[in-house]
Amino acid sequence: MTKIPVTLTHNGAERAAFADPGQNLLDFIRRGLGDLSPKYGCGQGSCGACTVTIDGETRLACLTLAETVEGCDVRTAAGLGQGATLDPLQQAFMDHFAAQCGYCTPGMLVSARALLDRNPNPTREEVVEAISGNLCRCTGYDPIIDAILSLAGRKASA
Amino acid sequence: MSDRRSDRNGFEMRKDLFADERDDDLNEIGKRIRRQDIEGHVTGRSPFYDDHLFDGLLHIRCVRSPHHHARIRRIDTSEADRMEGVVRIVTGRDVPVNLNTLLSLLDFGLDDEPLLSEGKVAYRGEPVAAVIARTEAQARAATRTVRVDWEVLPHVLDVEEALKPGAPTVNETYPGNAFVYHGKYDHQKLRYGDVDRALAEADHVIEGRYQMSPIEQAPIETCGAIAAQEQNGRYVCYTGTQALFFSLGTASKLLELPSSRLHFIGGTVGGGFGGKVDSIHEPLAILGTMLTGQPCKSQWDREEEMQVGAPRGAERWYLTDGVMNDGRIVARKFTGYFDSGAYTRLTSYAVIKCAGHLPGPYTIPNVHADVYCVYTNRTPATAMRGFGITGVDFAIEAHMDKVAETVGLHPVELRILNAYRDGDMKAHRRLAKNCALVECCQVAAQKAGLRLSPDMLAASSKTGGGGPRAELPAHTATDQNGLVEGFSSGSYARKGGAPASPAIVATLPPGASAPASRPAAPAPEPKDPAPRPDAPRADTSPPARKPARSGAMRFSSLSGFRRR
Amino acid sequence: MTRVETVATTAEAARILSDGAAYLGGGTMLMRAVNAGTAPPRLVRTADPVLRAVSARGDTVTVGAGVTMARILAEPQLDFLHPVARAVGSPQIRNMATVGGNLFAPHPYGDFAVALLALGARARMAGAGGTRPLDDLLRDRDRPGGLVEAVEIPRPPARAFRFHKVSRVKPRGVSVISIAVLAPSPGGKLAGVRVAYGAMGPTPLRAAAVERVLEGGRLDQAARERAVAVAAEGLDPPTDALASGWYRGEVAGVHLGRLLARMEEGR
Ligand SMILES: Cc1cc2nc3c(=O)[nH]c(=O)nc-3n(C[C@H](O)[C@H](O)[C@H](O)COP(=O)(O)OP(=O)(O)OC[C@H]3O[C@@H](n4cnc5c(N)ncnc54)[C@H](O)[C@@H]3O)c2cc1C
Ligand code: FES
Ligand code: FES
Repeated sequence: MTKIPVTLTHNGAERAAFADPGQNLLDFIRRGLGDLSPKYGCGQGSCGACTVTIDGETRLACLTLAETVEGCDVRTAAGLGQGATLDPLQQAFMDHFAAQCGYCTPGMLVSARALLDRNPNPTREEVVEAISGNLCRCTGYDPIIDAILSLAGRKASA
Repeated sequence: MSDRRSDRNGFEMRKDLFADERDDDLNEIGKRIRRQDIEGHVTGRSPFYDDHLFDGLLHIRCVRSPHHHARIRRIDTSEADRMEGVVRIVTGRDVPVNLNTLLSLLDFGLDDEPLLSEGKVAYRGEPVAAVIARTEAQARAATRTVRVDWEVLPHVLDVEEALKPGAPTVNETYPGNAFVYHGKYDHQKLRYGDVDRALAEADHVIEGRYQMSPIEQAPIETCGAIAAQEQNGRYVCYTGTQALFFSLGTASKLLELPSSRLHFIGGTVGGGFGGKVDSIHEPLAILGTMLTGQPCKSQWDREEEMQVGAPRGAERWYLTDGVMNDGRIVARKFTGYFDSGAYTRLTSYAVIKCAGHLPGPYTIPNVHADVYCVYTNRTPATAMRGFGITGVDFAIEAHMDKVAETVGLHPVELRILNAYRDGDMKAHRRLAKNCALVECCQVAAQKAGLRLSPDMLAASSKTGGGGPRAELPAHTATDQNGLVEGFSSGSYARKGGAPASPAIVATLPPGASAPASRPAAPAPEPKDPAPRPDAPRADTSPPARKPARSGAMRFSSLSGFRRR
Repeated sequence: MTRVETVATTAEAARILSDGAAYLGGGTMLMRAVNAGTAPPRLVRTADPVLRAVSARGDTVTVGAGVTMARILAEPQLDFLHPVARAVGSPQIRNMATVGGNLFAPHPYGDFAVALLALGARARMAGAGGTRPLDDLLRDRDRPGGLVEAVEIPRPPARAFRFHKVSRVKPRGVSVISIAVLAPSPGGKLAGVRVAYGAMGPTPLRAAAVERVLEGGRLDQAARERAVAVAAEGLDPPTDALASGWYRGEVAGVHLGRLLARMEEGR
């Protein structure tokens, strides 16, 4: 099988790896780059567990052809925070019990981070809209919404 | 009140109620704590089963039945064998013990379900072969080239249709399409008092029919497992199971491997809600590893999770209440049908749980229930949050509203009037204690702005119970309806006297390669050759008749059908 | 296994399409098929900037087929399409989903196409394909038909265009039905009325009977009642997991009536 070389920035680091023809970005990030934070929940765009940002926009890794991110800036939940210091959003999720099984959490964090970066002072409705592409079967969403709103009005992360 | 704590979601701790019955000097309960695994969750580092990358990991995907019910004439894998990336194609013949029932580990029920079906399929999506290939895409492509010669059979999708004479037999282990309880009856009985007489004497007789569709648990992480070889002939299995040792025991039985050769790692489950106990992926992934010598992953995609993943089963209920003009319910009769789908999984147990719950949280002196675990050509059902209780509770509470309307009481008042009080005898012959329905109704009424009469406001779970209400009925009407032949009750795992499953023996020496085909099945041990229709119920079985695995006792006491 | 070719221009892409390949737009539908192993073996894509261009000339705005829903929402000159773009999928989907792909999205998708159909948009085909009314393109969309390069959208007069999507889950549900109405009334009488539905047939379709009873009259209660009465006339709405065909037929008039009432009141 022919392999396709892909060079990209992944969570701030220059990376290169081979993609298979037809391979989606989710599989590429997980197996090709070894970043296991984006999750497979459906492979159909419905659950948002695979949410990443590409050049600052949230995208679904399962519906993105791996080879199309050549030269792009790709970020995942594993890239949040700095070293041992958590992103305030991660801390807020911990404080508000915003993760139960934790499977939706990485995708949820990426969507929430993108919202706060774009709009540091969102309303509740804007938060709901921003995470509407991320399904959570455990929490009932309220703790997640509360966690995100607890950061509203604060400066975006360092 | 100072003892009420309420948050934004309206959740409120009413510590003023039953204050003297509770020790408030607790370290954890009532306090905010952080879950111990949450840092892993927010950093994306929690190790879900799918996060265990192995070099050379192979992918397993199943060939599934497009029919509700069909005989398998032939499976032709010749084209699939030649497909790019295909390492091995597995069929039922490769499964050392290809017949199981989940609760056999608790000695409850007969083996009725293959891991990969050989003779026939009884639901759409039933797996008949598994392709092991280098990539998931290759495995997918190859499954499409497996040719199965089907002989389509008539099917039945409705519980009541399935019990009618002449309905197609869904599950050959139970030819009548109903699980057999206590080796005797095609349904679980609950008999308490004399319902027919009480109905005849009641001022009102109120009937109702209720039903609930299957409900998919829909965890965001789909079910799956990854297996790999360890040293000394052991296999490691990373799994999303909700029941690690249950899955280990099931794999041990199906694969004829002593559990000492299985190393199961789980505990990080991406949502289960009951749907991750069925232990299908673990034996399949380990079998794949045994047959190929390479790490293997078995994982449902979302469509499979929704279509073949076992849901909370459908239920249908018929209720008849006998009610006096003042609103006292004097009799309640149930006929309930649990749709088990094609195989038993956990529905047999849901029925037992359900029978123990009837007639709901109300003191009713005459209760009668016939509850059936029915086989239909639908996806097998399994556990889900409160299964066995949820569906019938919906029926009971909808019916309570109907009763309230008939006798002209407010639904909340009807519930307070009939609610269990401490010390009341329940239909399953235990005394009620720590009751709180009256207080719940009072608080709910207050929140809803509903004015209750002084009597209702004065009611308490702690008063009015016991005394004559603690007594068993003077007479309980019994019957032999639904008697079946050919099953025995001494041990659930026996039909017609033959053990349902071969004893588990370690046939493989450590490190031995896996069997390429089904090993000679160990001859059934003729421990109990004759059906024993009159045998005492489980707890007095002599040691020789005890199931190979202990657990039956614990299960019996859990489900409350043990003799007291 | 899926092979993807990347070419420089839409003309080249169109040529490869005529050889039986499929065009990869935002991928929100096509990648599902790739993941499920049901996509055509050959895909083609191009980064030709013409696909991403948005321009206006006179009363016509031209939107490249590769423009995403998120981009529509960021364009003030496309404000009449904002409620439509916002109704498509989730934020992630809107960052990926293209206008061109929406024309080919199967039932119950295609909300954006419903609006374009009501607006009387035309598809400009790549290469020597010329332009085609959306009605024709949608009718034949299951046949191989080349690459849409852009859509040309007549800008509706103020307050003459409305879109409404009915879904069970909010935000982000898929359509039980979606309705777009173009009802210009130059000089007080309705002229050039176009009404389109989504999720009421295999593709977005026009509600010819509704258009007929509205055309030439005023938008008042009587007209509204006539429109409601014929709302589902001649249609055979599909049954799916969201709604039965019968239900869709029953509620089409209710939702159409409400939408017309809001238009009438200028809300
Ligand atoms: C979770 C989810 C939710 C969704 N919700 C909605 C919704 O609410 N409303 C809605 O309308 N849709 C919805 N969709 C469907 C879809 O996202 C949109 O219709 C989208 O606009 C499709 O565009 P795309 O660029 O992603 O298409 P692609 O997947 O790239 O392509 C779809 C089809 O169109 C063809 N195609 C694409 N571009 C062109 C072109 N320029 N010329 C010719 N053929 C072309 C492709 O070959 C393919 O056959 C949803 C999808 C998902 C996965
Ligand atoms: S896995 Fe990508 S949206 Fe569900
Ligand atoms: S925490 Fe389990 S799905 Fe969200």
